[in-house]
Amino acid sequence: MKAIVYIRLKSEVLDPQGQAIESALKNLGENDIKNVRQGKLIEMDIQADNKKDAEEKIEKITKSLLANTVIEEYSIEIG
Amino acid sequence: MIGKSMDIYESHSINREEKELLLNYMGRDPSHTEIGIFSVMWSEHCSYKSSRHWLKKLHTKGKQVIQGPGENAGVIDIGDNQAIIFKMESHNHPSFIEPYQGAATGVGGIMRDIFTMGARPIALLNSIRFGELAHSKTKFLLSGVVSGIGGYGNCVGIPTVAGETGFDSSYNGNNLVNAMCVGLTTRDKIFYSKASGIGNPVVYVGAKTGRDGIHGATMASGEFDDESDKNRPTVQVGDPYAEKLLLEACLELMQKDAIISIQDMGAAGLTSSSVEMADKGRVGIELNLDNIPTRQENLTAYEMMLSESQERMLMVLKPEKTDIAKEVFKKWDVDFAIVGKITETNNIVVLHNGMIEADIPIKFLTDNAPIYKRETISKNKQDQKNQLSSDIKIKEAILRVLNSANICSKKWIWEQYDRTIMANTLNEAGEDAGIVRIENTEKAIAMSCDVTPRYCDADAKKGAMQAVSECWRNIISMGAKPLAITNCLNFGNPEKPEIMTDFVETINGIRDASIVLDFPVVSGNVSLYNETNGHPIKNTPTIGGVGLIKNIGILEDFGSANVGDSIYMIGKKGSHLDCSTLEEVYNNTSSNNPPEVDLNQEKINGNCVLELIQEKIISSCHDISDGGMIVALCELIIKDEIGATLNKIAEDQLIRQLFGEDQSRYIITIKPRFVSAFENKIKKNGIDYELIGNITSSQLKINDGIIISNSELKNSYESLIPSIMSNKE
Amino acid sequence: MDVTIIRFPGTNCDLDTANAVKKVIGINPNIISCKESNIPKSDLIIIPGGFSYGDYLRSGAIAAREPIMDDLELKGNQGVYIIGICNGFQILTERKLLPGSLLKNSSLKFISKNIKLKVDRNDTFFTSKYKTNEIVKIPIAHHDGNFFVDRKTLNSIEDNNQVALRYMEPINGSLNDIAGLYNKDLNILGLMPHPERAIDMKTGTNDGSKIFESALNFFAT
Repeated sequence: MKAIVYIRLKSEVLDPQGQAIESALKNLGENDIKNVRQGKLIEMDIQADNKKDAEEKIEKITKSLLANTVIEEYSIEIG
Repeated sequence: MIGKSMDIYESHSINREEKELLLNYMGRDPSHTEIGIFSVMWSEHCSYKSSRHWLKKLHTKGKQVIQGPGENAGVIDIGDNQAIIFKMESHNHPSFIEPYQGAATGVGGIMRDIFTMGARPIALLNSIRFGELAHSKTKFLLSGVVSGIGGYGNCVGIPTVAGETGFDSSYNGNNLVNAMCVGLTTRDKIFYSKASGIGNPVVYVGAKTGRDGIHGATMASGEFDDESDKNRPTVQVGDPYAEKLLLEACLELMQKDAIISIQDMGAAGLTSSSVEMADKGRVGIELNLDNIPTRQENLTAYEMMLSESQERMLMVLKPEKTDIAKEVFKKWDVDFAIVGKITETNNIVVLHNGMIEADIPIKFLTDNAPIYKRETISKNKQDQKNQLSSDIKIKEAILRVLNSANICSKKWIWEQYDRTIMANTLNEAGEDAGIVRIENTEKAIAMSCDVTPRYCDADAKKGAMQAVSECWRNIISMGAKPLAITNCLNFGNPEKPEIMTDFVETINGIRDASIVLDFPVVSGNVSLYNETNGHPIKNTPTIGGVGLIKNIGILEDFGSANVGDSIYMIGKKGSHLDCSTLEEVYNNTSSNNPPEVDLNQEKINGNCVLELIQEKIISSCHDISDGGMIVALCELIIKDEIGATLNKIAEDQLIRQLFGEDQSRYIITIKPRFVSAFENKIKKNGIDYELIGNITSSQLKINDGIIISNSELKNSYESLIPSIMSNKE
Repeated sequence: MDVTIIRFPGTNCDLDTANAVKKVIGINPNIISCKESNIPKSDLIIIPGGFSYGDYLRSGAIAAREPIMDDLELKGNQGVYIIGICNGFQILTERKLLPGSLLKNSSLKFISKNIKLKVDRNDTFFTSKYKTNEIVKIPIAHHDGNFFVDRKTLNSIEDNNQVALRYMEPINGSLNDIAGLYNKDLNILGLMPHPERAIDMKTGTNDGSKIFESALNFFAT
């Protein structure tokens, strides 16, 4: 199964990369855009009996390594 | 069998004559892999076919030289059985395509050249050039190149201690990234690339091979159409983490007497490294590509031979030490694979999936490769005079020059480079040269990169002599004895006779200067075809020099001027304004008459200044170059947060004396109690000198009316690049 | 006094740190690989700077999860003194031996310079040789030194006097200008500045020596 983990900074954490992108977009004249946040996407193949098992495994590794929950939040997609 | 069509050769940049030569050598229709191998080995980059004839004329000898050009890097003697290994290399084209990765892999490549020879890198330098600051791409390129250089060097953990950054419209379409690395080893632990020992294993270590950097042109060939997507050339991506592990693994193995020869896989990767090793040893080499560690599936022999994946090395090992070597690389988590052996055939033989993919006598790729003595012309140059207006306001001129792209502070750049790692960097950034202590000794080395493209473009020979001289002066200014240089010769299309002529004159200039100054060339690199739509870059022969401080005790109380010190100038009064920074700033042009370089005077002045520093007579020293005496003085007082009052200068002489760029000159400061010792010494040497003023607390005063505060100078000097880089377009 | 330095793949300040220990404390530290299963008996354990595992994923994240860190955590809980410098600080926060996290500098750029810092307190193992509120000059060289923590924890850090060093000017966006931080028990210290690069006036400053001298002083008295 393919698993995708999306990780981004929590909303209360300053995201200077997102801000830099936003100001670059404004310079390009894209004034309708705001609240840009940059995150990361980690994809992997996982062997599991069913979707629920896969989700649990991915949740576990995300909490233990992939995301730092002091500053980051995440969501998981199994497909 | 009907031969392959000319299209295939052309797509590999092999012209009709070269194709005939190739067919004549091989006596048969070459395989695709063989054409690929020929194309890279006969490329300008590997064969130096336009420049080789002339490079032989460089001065490469001296008591201090252990190894001159021809190896991965040059080696010089610094006493006590210690040797310094150094080289500079260009990564211009890749940095224009993808500035971060292009610059990063440039730094990675030059570092490997150094540790391949057994030296631990101890310093990095760079010389980078971009189009005008106002040009639309400059900001993007500058930002990417600087973070790429820092990203790689900082991660591997080598301090970046000196460099220079220039801006000129001729680089609008071709920026330059010249990276230099300096390493330290002991004389009895230097490793060379010469292979030997029939049957000895050829070993591949480092990162896995992918399709990185395979030349775009080679992909146009019809045979690849059906797989065109897969074969799309990719930008080489650097992995400094892999480099750090490779560095430590190689240096550890080098202590174990296992390596016969070692070569970095740089440009043209596996092809050039295997051919060069075999060629140096006059042996053959057989590679079995089935054993190459690969990152992607189904790489063809052609792709593996031409891949420029980074962080890889090829070695010939003593057979009985193979297991020890394997252990070392396993410990550092670096791939290790036996991929071939040394043979007596004098051919390079490439096997893949049980097929012979290539079988070429090595001499056809090296000694017998095409070499061109391209057309030169005799230039009939009419010297132009500068058209500077006579009513330039001094205060405004000083502030404008300090605030100009080529003079202004490059702090924004060097604060992104780790300067203090290894804890041996002895001076602050932004000085004439970087100084790095040799661990556990009283010695240090000083290093600098220099060239003034404005001069080189106006007069290639004078410009080249000036570049070598300025590098020499910068090293002297740190109290070091200049030992040797490396160079990076960046030029436009050598098939244009006027450019080839300048190239030849540049070689002559470097040769003359390095003979007189005993400052031989020990390594170097040539980068040609730096032009876009027929617009070449200005001739840019970057010179990177290394000098030795035998006793760092001389640096105590040296380097800063103090209130009350006298300011002296060594050399003649300034007078030469043609081709000057002032002209560039005010008229946005450059007359073609750069200042004269009197090499003998340069040597006499330099040696005298060096003795003054060694005898601890002077408190600080700066070379006078771009922008003339006033720029050197302003840099000094800005750095030390002081002021200066100049002695009265006749009004009609002011501009010339302040901004003239006459050569062989220094600004020095002297504590009052050492003034007589100084005067005695300098009179004995019969050198031109002049007391030009004294150090005060906070402002620059010239004649009666001109007063500029330190903070005003500092603001002009430091504000330009930060304001451009933070400016939201 | 026994000092151990832990080296991870990509660590690059191990030799500088060992030199500083040699020169200032006068003993040869034990440099061990993170692949060892246990840390030998030590009075002081140092995690030096660098780019462990290339700073990939997040700086310090992968190193923090090496098995050897179980032993480090155990020893830390037993009161053994531990310093993490730069990447070492990042590893300690990733391991949650220190609160908070070190984000990318607010400028999004690597910053290398000598900077001025204030020593918050001088009654700890690591700072007894400094004066309280002493201003010191020590180099920084990092890309991710922007200290962040939630408001509540920040308040408790301040209430417990857990700040070791503060920047004298805004450098990287760190909350409360925090450049160095203790755990609650004051036996674990994380530092963004590099004291090992500031032990010799020839390199411009020796203000970092006192960290090592303080440690030596503790065991000597």
